[in-house]
Amino acid sequence: MIGLQHYLVVSAILFVTGVLGIFINRKNVIIILMAIELILLSVNINLVAFSAFLGDLVGQVFSMFVLTVAAGEAAIGLAILVIYFRGRGTIAVDDVNRMKG
Amino acid sequence: MIDSASLLAVLPELVLTAGGLILMLVAAYGGDASARVVNWLSVVTLALAGLALSCSLAHGPDAFDGLMRADAFSVFAKALIYGAAAAAILLAPRYFAVDGAPRPEYPVLILFSAIGMGMMVSAGDLLTLYVGLEMQSLAAYVLASFMRQDERSSEAGLKYFVLGSLASGILLYGSALLYGFTGTTAFDGIAVAMGDGVSKGELFGMVFLLAGLAFKMSAVPFHMWTPDVYEGAPTPVTTFFGSAPKVAAMGLAVRVAIEALGPAGMDWQQIVIFVALASIILGAVAAIGQTNIKRLMAYSSINNVGFALIGLAAGTPAGVAATMSYMAIYVVMTIGAFACILQMRDAQGRPLESIASLAGLSQSRKGLAAALAIFMFSMAGIPPLFGFWAKFLVFDAAVGAGLTALAAFGIAASVIGAFYYLKIIKTMYFDDPAEAYEASGGAVENIILTACAVVIVLGYLLNPLLDQASAAAAASLF
Repeated sequence: MIGLQHYLVVSAILFVTGVLGIFINRKNVIIILMAIELILLSVNINLVAFSAFLGDLVGQVFSMFVLTVAAGEAAIGLAILVIYFRGRGTIAVDDVNRMKG
Repeated sequence: MIDSASLLAVLPELVLTAGGLILMLVAAYGGDASARVVNWLSVVTLALAGLALSCSLAHGPDAFDGLMRADAFSVFAKALIYGAAAAAILLAPRYFAVDGAPRPEYPVLILFSAIGMGMMVSAGDLLTLYVGLEMQSLAAYVLASFMRQDERSSEAGLKYFVLGSLASGILLYGSALLYGFTGTTAFDGIAVAMGDGVSKGELFGMVFLLAGLAFKMSAVPFHMWTPDVYEGAPTPVTTFFGSAPKVAAMGLAVRVAIEALGPAGMDWQQIVIFVALASIILGAVAAIGQTNIKRLMAYSSINNVGFALIGLAAGTPAGVAATMSYMAIYVVMTIGAFACILQMRDAQGRPLESIASLAGLSQSRKGLAAALAIFMFSMAGIPPLFGFWAKFLVFDAAVGAGLTALAAFGIAASVIGAFYYLKIIKTMYFDDPAEAYEASGGAVENIILTACAVVIVLGYLLNPLLDQASAAAAASLF
């Protein structure tokens, strides 16, 4: 029987994968965008699992909002990436260093 | 249930939304030629929204079954936010005019960001919190990379976007956990559920939520984006980032901590104390070696957020009132300081950012040097300027809540912080003159600059008003 904790574990694994994807990845900014999506989707799994477990619809409504905002976020992220690429001709993470820090 | 009382309670947001959408159409059809008109109309929209605040207060405190709150606290924070947003719009045209025509998207984006910030400070539910926060952030990411041709600006936008999205994700994960373990997303419901003991899951959710909020207000250990974004973003955008979003994030953190997480006060108090101390110390120490004034202001804002958090750490009505008063005074100081920084232009009108270029300013531009000196003295917390009063209030609240050690550390660190503020004054008044700046600033810039300087110098006359407003704001949370 698959219970609530199984969903929570999957979600936690996805979340950690997403966070590590942002920090360990040294190659490509697109991969960072994918990692961000992964984080948001892990949250959605959490929300829907809790919603089903509690018998409360709010969690599912919340996950719809998250999906919508994630779409907007990806659009803005890609737009910023495009102007960045136009100026620099590269999207390698190691090259994002015009300013220290 | 949508009823007219709820709609009237969110009238400021409605005004801003309608204004923002109409002005976006004007900008789309009018092109760059409409920039001037859109600029002024945006300020008018913000002023109208400010007027609508009284209507919202009359129909509060709950709107849409508690999804939004229109109480004294949100009105106080929104007044600050709208004022700061209007100043950021007014200060912009001359800066953007140097690199070709100013673009009308800038004020529209600030309006949208202001709607998001308004929702943040009046959120009564995790859902409203998230939507407001994202609305503010998405507009801010675009603003940071507004100078499309400038490599530093697009890099700032990219860094802000990646780290900001990560923070939103962390905050969201915390919200999901809180929802799961308390069974509700409403702040008062969460407080009720936490009332009978705080479970491990709730604790986890709370920590994630606070980490996300700490990022948005650039508190240590989530401050690493601040210097780069402040430096890379166009200076008017930095002015905006330094003022309004800080108030919104602080307001949101205070509301979440008191209204939703109140029963877990002992648990978050430790986190807030750590974050406050770390921010104060890092902000003071790391600023010392900076040569770029915008980076210096970034560390100064980290430092100031730390002081404001001391009030929250106290967790009392007096502490919350002190935090909000601190933010009010901080916003005036920041806008004033950035109005000075925006006037750092060479003879051709190109913006300069190095602290060394300020050398000998007292000889070429007496007024500008005096104003910047006032803001620096005030940020350093030197009486009788208003910045001293802000620090006094938070330390007083901390001592009142029994956090004497925290207050003592804060005072010691503010002495370290005074070093780099005084260094700027020394550069302006005692160093050999560098190349002179442009002979005079713009009229609007000078008006804002003078207004801020007058408030900082004569702030004590405003004390009864500020005390009353911040006390009412704090009382509406408890």
